[in-house]
Amino acid sequence: MVSVTSQTEEGRKPAPFPPWLRSTLATLGSITATLLGLLLVTFVIGRVMPIDPVLAIVGERASQETYDAVYHQLGLDKPLMVQFFYYLWDVVHGDFGNSLLTARPVSQDIARVFPATMELATLGVVIGMLLGIPMGVLSAVHRGTWVDQTIRVLTLVGYSMPIFWLGMMGLLLFYGILGWVGGPGRLDIFFEGLVPSVTGMVLVDALLAGDMDVFWNGFFHLILPASLLGYYSLAYISRMTRSFMLEQLSAEYITTARVKGLSERQVIWGHAFKNIRVQLVTVIALSYANLLEGSVLTEIIFSWPGIGSYITTALLSADMNAVLGGTVVVGLIFICLNILSDLLYKIFDPRAK
Amino acid sequence: MTLLTVNDLWVRFPTRQGIFAAVRGISFELGQERLGIVGESGSGKSMTGRSILQLIRKPGQVQAAEISFQGRNLLDLSEREMRSVRGNEISMVMQDPKFSLNPVMTIGAQLMEAYLQHNRDNRQSARKKCIEMLNAVSLRDPERVMNAYPHEMSGGMGQRIMIAMMLIPDPKILIADEPTSALDVSVQRQVLSIMDKLVRDRGMGLIFISHDLNLVAEFCDRVLIMYAGRIVESCLASKLHEAKHPYTRGLLNALPRLDNPRAHLEVLQRQDDWMHAPLEQTQ
Repeated sequence: MVSVTSQTEEGRKPAPFPPWLRSTLATLGSITATLLGLLLVTFVIGRVMPIDPVLAIVGERASQETYDAVYHQLGLDKPLMVQFFYYLWDVVHGDFGNSLLTARPVSQDIARVFPATMELATLGVVIGMLLGIPMGVLSAVHRGTWVDQTIRVLTLVGYSMPIFWLGMMGLLLFYGILGWVGGPGRLDIFFEGLVPSVTGMVLVDALLAGDMDVFWNGFFHLILPASLLGYYSLAYISRMTRSFMLEQLSAEYITTARVKGLSERQVIWGHAFKNIRVQLVTVIALSYANLLEGSVLTEIIFSWPGIGSYITTALLSADMNAVLGGTVVVGLIFICLNILSDLLYKIFDPRAK
Repeated sequence: MTLLTVNDLWVRFPTRQGIFAAVRGISFELGQERLGIVGESGSGKSMTGRSILQLIRKPGQVQAAEISFQGRNLLDLSEREMRSVRGNEISMVMQDPKFSLNPVMTIGAQLMEAYLQHNRDNRQSARKKCIEMLNAVSLRDPERVMNAYPHEMSGGMGQRIMIAMMLIPDPKILIADEPTSALDVSVQRQVLSIMDKLVRDRGMGLIFISHDLNLVAEFCDRVLIMYAGRIVESCLASKLHEAKHPYTRGLLNALPRLDNPRAHLEVLQRQDDWMHAPLEQTQ
């Protein structure tokens, strides 16, 4: 049998690598380059900041000998290039130095605060996705009607209300008055330390330990801040979904689908929606990355020990190791989400293969 | 036998400057024949095709004394009943297969969907049916085409797939809305003859919408000439070159002809009174 594409392939020279290997190598190459760039930026920030790292360690009343010894110990007498390679070496081994504030390795601090943010952000983006996508689709399908207007006002409110105000009102109403949800913090005090910390995420740890009481307590603490963040990302996701859908609904293949006699539901979800998945992946990945960066205000209002408040506190007290460590982690998250959305592209769009 | 009767059809669109009527009270009948509708861009020919299937989206409005298909007035049907007419009884092939096929679904999935929407059948025999249909539109290696995506097909292949997809539920009427305008001249004829053969073999009615007078004269039995939303002339395709209406004459004179080469082609002169002219019968 003659294959349809064989005629186009015959004339070409065979590639030196199979295509999957080439694309994998290319991806790895771009990741390495991005990471190197990120580390270079953080390194330069650390060096140009008008903060003397030696003074920060030894204190103002140390003798000149102590100062020089630490200066030497930190490798600050070496050329900048050599310093950068030391820095690289340390980072590759997961060593971001010690935090001034907590006096513990930054990597340990991050391992403690990041899962808290991750738990919050994941539930937040799931809520934003589950509500935002249908709302956006509905809004596009009923364009210009009261349904569309209501959804647009709702999402605009989510976009324009300051999150700290929404957070405090939410706490007042749902925790203070109604008592439906848990208060600030990740768990009630009686539940703390009941399950061993494996992943650092309360819900996952509770499930692993099989302790449903802890799980539900954690869930009631998580649900309000996660809904707030969800509302915030919902606003963005549904607005983008609406405009993507509007574009697809006016496409000619939608008419084809209607000519076939398909129902509106089949036309919308079976045809139009399949074509916006690629764009939606980008939007959702961006929202998720934004939430993973840590939303400082939400974390402060809900006493949530996340990475946002960790980096902010560190920044305000000139704890550069913690700031740089946090920045590298946030950068890594962005890179990982990018790779993930590239992978999803190839699954959702046959033309990307 | 009359398949379709259209009586006093109007298509209107509200605009900022008031209501614009794209189709203004046209009437015609279609039997088991090939009816051509010719006219310039904006003359309302596509709108006519789409309003038969009730595919004019809001805020557009369709109004008619009757649009009946085999005695049933389509205007009285619910949306649900209309869906069983679309594809199943009346189908439509659109202009450019690059845009009219869903880019992220395999061709097989789109064909099967068209068939299974109106036929209770298992997937295996549906697949067999689709492959037979792809063979009927002379596509080589239909198995491979079934698993391919639209972007892997050429324009001519794409349009043949469209025709296969629209004919697979075995409709009685096919509306072909400029089916070859987006294709290379070299494949236009090939695609048209495939469509022509299938339509004739199945005893279907064909509405062939085009701006190409020569193609219409060749592939149709009867021609309607539309101008500004009205039918200005109706004649047998074989007698198109004897048409009387000045608009039709103008269109004919604006075409270059191999058998009668001229140094200057005439530019079409429009007259305002054509807008209101009553239908002139030349049959």
